[in-house]
Amino acid sequence: MQTIALIDYGAGNLRSVERALARAGAEPVVTAAPDAIAAADRIVLPGQGAFAACMTGLSAQPGLIEALRRAVLERGAPFLGICVGMQLLADVGLEHGETQGLGWIGGACRVLSVGPKDILPHTGWNTAAPARAHPVLDALAPARHVYFNHSFVLDPPANTIGATTEHGETFACAVARDNLVGVQFHPEKSQAVGIDLLQRFVRWSP
Amino acid sequence: MTLAARIIPCLDVREGRVVKGVNFVDLKDAGDPAEQAAIYDAQGADEICFLDIAASHENRGTLLDVVRRTADKCFTPLTVGGGVRTPEDVRALLLAGADKAAINTAAVRTPDVVDACAKAFGAQCIVVAIDAKQVSPDRWEIFTHGGSRETGIDAVRFAVEAVERGAGELLVTSIDRDGTRAGYDLALLSEISSRVKAPVIASGGAGTLQHLVEAITLGGASAALAASIFHFGTFSLAQAREALRDAGAPVRDVVGYAP
Repeated sequence: MQTIALIDYGAGNLRSVERALARAGAEPVVTAAPDAIAAADRIVLPGQGAFAACMTGLSAQPGLIEALRRAVLERGAPFLGICVGMQLLADVGLEHGETQGLGWIGGACRVLSVGPKDILPHTGWNTAAPARAHPVLDALAPARHVYFNHSFVLDPPANTIGATTEHGETFACAVARDNLVGVQFHPEKSQAVGIDLLQRFVRWSP
Repeated sequence: MTLAARIIPCLDVREGRVVKGVNFVDLKDAGDPAEQAAIYDAQGADEICFLDIAASHENRGTLLDVVRRTADKCFTPLTVGGGVRTPEDVRALLLAGADKAAINTAAVRTPDVVDACAKAFGAQCIVVAIDAKQVSPDRWEIFTHGGSRETGIDAVRFAVEAVERGAGELLVTSIDRDGTRAGYDLALLSEISSRVKAPVIASGGAGTLQHLVEAITLGGASAALAASIFHFGTFSLAQAREALRDAGAPVRDVVGYAP
């Protein structure tokens, strides 16, 4: 069986993601250790809360960011970022001041622009429409409901947009490029659709 | 496409068992919380709410264990409340598998706790639970301790302040209606939902499918919470979704789990 490193940096609902990955047929290893990341076939980066706090948490683990960079960008291990784990792929986060992100996808993470009658945070089930065919994001076709709980979004380069959602504006609810996938919603809390997406990620050979 | 209206079964728990009272007393046993959660997960509940109504300090370990067992049974967002007083309480619940923590009495007694929790975990996982009783035609006041203790605080003003302090959601319960199955307090819901940006969950009084619809279409709520009508099988979640769809409210298309 393939090993999945589920990154533990003190920010995220690890337990829920771990259970959902297990249900999807994987054997997740909860870790922040560089050697475990080097040995893992796939990487999942969860994240909840504020961009700056999550980036601080990642940076606080010795050698973690460098180990992730090597595994994902150099070795090409399939990567899935969830919620703030997707937002961290930005060049910069604009929540509570400016914070440098990982920059793997690029763009900025900024507050969702909503109208006077739209609620914020964007909490609940909304449709995610794939922008193109993709082995992992095909789980969302034609436009499945998935669970969101956030106020900030990633503005990624246009050619990396994997799926979009509407709430006040149309925003990228998923990004994809090469071996990288990021989702703004929570597959671990999206019942059957989320488990299907995780299964596809577990089997994906980019 | 639009954000769907949510239907939320609520598990009121005391000493590890699901109960539901009429006006917060006369509790009946409706079973094991983890089992109930698994049923609602399979039926496509949009979220599950889990309130520890006894919420004593001594019971904290038991509560976390029940939350853990419940969260392990479902892939549905879980809000947990009851006895949440500090950011440490929120952290313990989130680690046990909750997605959001609901703060009730502590938010009334020491409102700063809302700011502190929102700062630590983000507004999206902090729910402020408001138990309100109508005291005059245009005024509702907050009551704490299961509706038994009067505070004199204006519920609508308190709701606005809670959101300013960082609450990402409000769980608004009408004490007058809770357990009566006479319908939600729509006037209270409208007063609050028209004044805040954060989503409002309607609670207290659901007895028919029409009540669930009204909470969304007339009360301006983003979600309708109910306990007895689902626990005792009066209505199914599928029937509730159908009623909302018939009324023109945005509803989620539920996809069943693969066998």
